[in-house]
Amino acid sequence: MTAITDRQKLQYIAAQAADARVNVELETEGMTLNIGPQHPATHGTLRIVARLDGEQVIAAEPICGYMHRGYEKLTEVRTYAQVTTLVNRIDWLGSFANEVPFILAAEQLMGVEAPPRAQWIRTLLFEMSRISNLILFLGDMAVQLGAVTPAFFAFRDREYVLDQIERVTGGRFHPNFDRIGGLKDDLPKGWLADTKATMDKVRSFCDEIETLLMGAEIFQARTRGIGVIPHDVAQQYGLSGANARASGIDWDLRRDQPSGMVYSELDWKVITHPDGDSFARFWVRLQEVREAAKIVEQCCDGVPGGPIMAKVPRIIKVPAGEAWVSTENPLGEMGYYVVSKGDLTPFRVKIRSASFNNVAIAPWILRGVYVPDIITILASLYFILGDIDR
Amino acid sequence: MSDTTATDTPPAPTDELREQLIAKLGDALGDSLIDSHLLPGTDVWVRVATDAWAEVAEVARHKLGAKYFGFLSVIDWLPSPFGRSMDSEVDRVLAGESGTPEAGEIVQGVTGGDSRFQVLARVAHVGEPGNYWGINLKADIPDDSLEVSTWVKTYAGADWHEREAWEMFGIGFVGHPGLRHLYLPGDFEGHPMRKDFPLLARQVKPWPGIVDVEPMPGSGDDDAPAEEGAES
Amino acid sequence: MGLGLVESGKMPKPLTKLLNLSRKYSIWVYQWGLACCAIEMGAAFASPRYDVMRLGVIPLPASPRQADLVVISGTVTDKMAPAILRLYEQMPDPKYVISMGSCANCGGPYWDSYSVTKGIDQILPVDVYVPGCPPRPEALLEGIVLLQERIAGEDMAARWRGESIVVCE
Repeated sequence: MTAITDRQKLQYIAAQAADARVNVELETEGMTLNIGPQHPATHGTLRIVARLDGEQVIAAEPICGYMHRGYEKLTEVRTYAQVTTLVNRIDWLGSFANEVPFILAAEQLMGVEAPPRAQWIRTLLFEMSRISNLILFLGDMAVQLGAVTPAFFAFRDREYVLDQIERVTGGRFHPNFDRIGGLKDDLPKGWLADTKATMDKVRSFCDEIETLLMGAEIFQARTRGIGVIPHDVAQQYGLSGANARASGIDWDLRRDQPSGMVYSELDWKVITHPDGDSFARFWVRLQEVREAAKIVEQCCDGVPGGPIMAKVPRIIKVPAGEAWVSTENPLGEMGYYVVSKGDLTPFRVKIRSASFNNVAIAPWILRGVYVPDIITILASLYFILGDIDR
Repeated sequence: MSDTTATDTPPAPTDELREQLIAKLGDALGDSLIDSHLLPGTDVWVRVATDAWAEVAEVARHKLGAKYFGFLSVIDWLPSPFGRSMDSEVDRVLAGESGTPEAGEIVQGVTGGDSRFQVLARVAHVGEPGNYWGINLKADIPDDSLEVSTWVKTYAGADWHEREAWEMFGIGFVGHPGLRHLYLPGDFEGHPMRKDFPLLARQVKPWPGIVDVEPMPGSGDDDAPAEEGAES
Repeated sequence: MGLGLVESGKMPKPLTKLLNLSRKYSIWVYQWGLACCAIEMGAAFASPRYDVMRLGVIPLPASPRQADLVVISGTVTDKMAPAILRLYEQMPDPKYVISMGSCANCGGPYWDSYSVTKGIDQILPVDVYVPGCPPRPEALLEGIVLLQERIAGEDMAARWRGESIVVCE
């Protein structure tokens, strides 16, 4: 942990110098570097315009909107079932996780509670989508730093998890499986045992990543002390999920507001890290995959019998009212503020996506860093463009 | 979700927490706190006067301790003049509606309101296990000027949210460092999230995906549960 | 030698067949990954299960100027469309476009959105459409195989003259 203090000091001094720089000795000009929107290092179509002074960034601004599809307007003209289909595609890696807060908000307005079996299976699939999402992060962050091999391991091991999700929902991602009042279908025979076996593969992948990557000197040098986000800045910007926990904020919506899922009955822990640098964010997510695997195994053992769907009318008309539900999605806190007027379609849905707030901190954090660190910091903040742009 | 059954029993401790929040806000704001709504065990909404909008941010962050910025957005309460734009005849027939555009009466939701647009924000108190709470804050946006004060000075993260609210709804934020386009291309005309901004593709042609205009066999029984799930 | 033959339109058939064969098995594909389909494209290209390199198609060219094929996967928004067009113009002939996913085919689930281009064929000529939301990696592989069959049946002279491409059968 001592490595960060020196690096942090240097960065602070560099930031001060970049701010106060006057072009006196050398007649130099700043350069504007445009990264994106198509770039192997951005997780999609994000464009960053950075004003540089030599190798240091004076100011950087992300320009998003290249994937803006107008979700909030589209939800006003779709029925609740159609919105569920659409909403899968916001965070397109943690697919099932997108549907859950919306369905829970609609259930809150309707006063319907899903039966216990549905709640357990929702939790199970939620954690599996977290695993599939974070496995890709672990492989992808390595690629951003230049280590291409872990990405192949990530894709390979992610396939096993996607296989299991596909066996029950029919879609590798974009499952469109949640319904108001429960789930669409029950589990196929033998699925629980196979899923437990898959978790062993997930754990061995985590061990592989740890041996390949975490101890590597280059990885440590590139991530320790880079992009430190202090505690209260993180809260001001609304950083959530692993980003917040890596800055030392002990907050996990699975523990603090389980809202319709069964986390309070399972044995797992919240993982935080005090440093707030890129290494901390990587480390927290690695441990979260392990915890998620543990949760999945417990769910596989504990799923009760019973119906999979509560009694809801065939044509769903949600009573008038407003509801807010947020859950601990793989990317952070994702919430839906659903305003209903008693129609077949929602009146207004405000989608609070985690990556929007996670990337809004970029202008603040990218001052004074070096150009390669831009990529490291953005990779460790982990956003998905569909989540930013909606 | 088990919270909804708790309303019959005596209030759970979280109710006291939320009632205390409303009380503290009332003490700090006085008359500016116009209305509040409490869903016991679940959530709390508070509406404040428009000129207290910047003040309520300060109160929430420093006095109440809600340091976490959730989101900030706008709700447009005008019913859509294009009707519900339903997809197909089937939906209209089953719903029993004639499909004509709704009357243009503006009815606000929880905690009421007087204007067409309302600004909505959520802040929360995080970081303390066992003491997590959040609060929804609303304020009217005056119809003639369409401006409210900015939250950027209190919550730095409100910057992007306000930019998005400006470009989607056309609401000005007084004191914002630079309101410019976030999502839309620079030459986009109009404010898309307003209810009177039409989705032209739907006006020209209804959704071509419906091919089955016959009701499903055995339907007409609105209260039947989804049979597919109960069988397996 | 080959160029003179192509220009004059007198390309002998065995030579055409040979050149087409070598072209179809050495495609360098530029993956323009926009949205969710990019993940399936990544699974097709990078995962050992749906390996695309066994078809002779290699991903990750150094730049679009060295690419033969571009796979446009994901939603195309009006803000992004000029960048895609610029990318397409940077590619040298003969170039091919695969539109992957329903968003790139026709706007997909966002067909009524105010900011989505309803299909990439509004701005580019598309050779193969791969439907799905998202299409499975096998579907993308089938699209690539279809493209390879098409390349095999191409008349290089006609392409050089800029005539519109006639799909046999």
